[in-house]
Amino acid sequence: MAATSEHLTRRDWILWIAFALVLIAAPLLWRSSFAQTLLSQIGIAIIACLAYNILLGQGGMLSFGHAVYSGLGSFIAIHALNLASKGQLAIPVSLLPLVGGLAGLFFAAVLGYVTTKKSGTTFAMITLGIGELVASMSLMIPEFFGGEGGVSGNRVFGKPVLGITFGPQIQIYYLIAVYCFVSTAAMYALTRTPLGRMLNAVRDNPERVEFVGYSTQHVRYLAFMISGFFAGIAGGLGALNFEIVTAEVVGAARSGAYLLFVFLGGATFFFGPILGAVLLVIALVLLSELTKAWLLYLGIVFLIMVMYAPGGLASLIMMNLRVAVFGKLNRLWRHYIPLVIAGLIALAGAAAMIEMVYQLQLNEALGPQMLFLGLPLDASGVAAWAGAVAVLAVGVGLFERLRRGFGREWNRIQEEIAAEIARREAAA
Amino acid sequence: MSSAAPSIAVELRDVRKSFGKTEIIRGASLAVNAGERVAIIGPNGAGKSTLFNLISGRFGPTSGEIRLRDERIDGKPPYEIARRGLARSFQVSNLFTRLSVFENVRCAVLYAMGYRYAFWRFLADLKDANERAEAVIAMIKLDRRRDHLAMNLTYAEQRALEIGITIAGGADVILLDEPTAGMSRSETARFVELIREVTVGKTLLTVEHDMGVVFGLADKIAVLVYGEVIAFDKPDAVRANARVQEAYLGSVLAQGH
Repeated sequence: MAATSEHLTRRDWILWIAFALVLIAAPLLWRSSFAQTLLSQIGIAIIACLAYNILLGQGGMLSFGHAVYSGLGSFIAIHALNLASKGQLAIPVSLLPLVGGLAGLFFAAVLGYVTTKKSGTTFAMITLGIGELVASMSLMIPEFFGGEGGVSGNRVFGKPVLGITFGPQIQIYYLIAVYCFVSTAAMYALTRTPLGRMLNAVRDNPERVEFVGYSTQHVRYLAFMISGFFAGIAGGLGALNFEIVTAEVVGAARSGAYLLFVFLGGATFFFGPILGAVLLVIALVLLSELTKAWLLYLGIVFLIMVMYAPGGLASLIMMNLRVAVFGKLNRLWRHYIPLVIAGLIALAGAAAMIEMVYQLQLNEALGPQMLFLGLPLDASGVAAWAGAVAVLAVGVGLFERLRRGFGREWNRIQEEIAAEIARREAAA
Repeated sequence: MSSAAPSIAVELRDVRKSFGKTEIIRGASLAVNAGERVAIIGPNGAGKSTLFNLISGRFGPTSGEIRLRDERIDGKPPYEIARRGLARSFQVSNLFTRLSVFENVRCAVLYAMGYRYAFWRFLADLKDANERAEAVIAMIKLDRRRDHLAMNLTYAEQRALEIGITIAGGADVILLDEPTAGMSRSETARFVELIREVTVGKTLLTVEHDMGVVFGLADKIAVLVYGEVIAFDKPDAVRANARVQEAYLGSVLAQGH
């Protein structure tokens, strides 16, 4: 294997430029106001998920309470916004996300000092405890957290600079996009510094780290603060974007979403959380519109991924990319297409049953008649259930058959690639 | 310090260590001169690994003093001791499994070269650290495996990397815990050569079972039996020592306190 250069390669530069172009072009190609809302939320989620992954993927720290730092960043930012619009604080809107970031950094420095004293299970427990603590405080201190209604603000105040008021969603989107790009670049840069590398070392083998001169606790603490800073920036952007901050932003559900979607996206690759962030917004905004049972579907997807693809979406992509690099991806397509079709059939059967249960339990007043994928179903009738079971059985049966064929082909390809690598090394 | 009397690199004074009610190290004393190669031998369960763990800071002693040069290090955390120039290897390879060979070694040089917790400098720009890491990899003859993950190395390669991480930071006191354990004869011979090369001019303490290695490598031998150093001398003197022979003849129990 050739010595790998550590400076950015031309391919890296192309990827970064492409990322910037996507951020710039997305709202131009996709112009509806709904699209702008969606894209704004994705930009914020990317920062939050990447910040979370500094802990999970880079440092092996499983946090159940990272919404504390993004959420407190949101609250401080919205209070700062209100002070600024009253003229009591001289700060432009464009710098308010940084206020959120500094708040995240501050709380991570205070609370993280306790949290990072331990690692592993104890660390996870402490994050859970602090998460609950802050969530319960949000109900106890309505002056700061705004009680049930939350704290609202108005991001348009003062004279516009260069015609920018940050009133229209598109202007907020581009503010988010700038923060998203800079934060992503900064967090990527971190992975290439001494601290970033030692964080990986702490993840792999904390014991040995101590014997090469590093305090694992100090490495974890610094990483925790950096992660809190970027989480706070995401929180500050969220406050500007929604102009309202409610107690749920520090809640366990939000913390859980970070964990879940970073995992789905793939914690072992730097870009995994970016995919996770896109999925997060799609699930929270689109899927939740589509069906009441969206959390159930999410749970099932999560279970399947944990069991069969623990590296998340990113690792699936990278594994296929490797196959493609060796010019063997075309042999997999004829497996993938039938697999996807069989999977969709199974999903249709399962989804029909789930939706029928929801219809019977939650939409009682509407009666058992419902539409599923345009098909009228009687949720209390035997025929609909028998049909759904049959569709599910056919889908699962087909999928299982196809999966075996695919598994054999996959293993064959991996062996061929391993053999080829060995050949190349011997030749080198 | 005068050049006539050799300076002491590592000193143990009446060190004791108990786990619960069991006393594993029972008043061990030892003074190793700078630049000496010392092998620590003794029957299984004599406390050799525990002694290493005490010196390197994995545990603190229950009582007694441990000095590195003129400074007390007993009870200090491992990283404090490592920063003072004492490095150790492990009996079971203790690597950064998901990092490459190069990254493993570089992790071991960063602190010593002053980069510490820097997050404002790129690794790629740390010319001296990168060159040092490359040099160490060449020394342990893993240059062809530079970019492989540590977990994918063969057993012997992992043992070599274990030594590489230990010496990379430039510590002048090196502790090697059974460096040749589990190796074939030819591998062992090569490995002893390697150890000799990478520890030139340094103080070496090694735990070793292979008597060929012990007598080939060590300037002095310390015999540890039931948590006490019963002999510490030149190899020939230790070989002739009646107490040592007795201990190895299996009558250790009879002479226990």
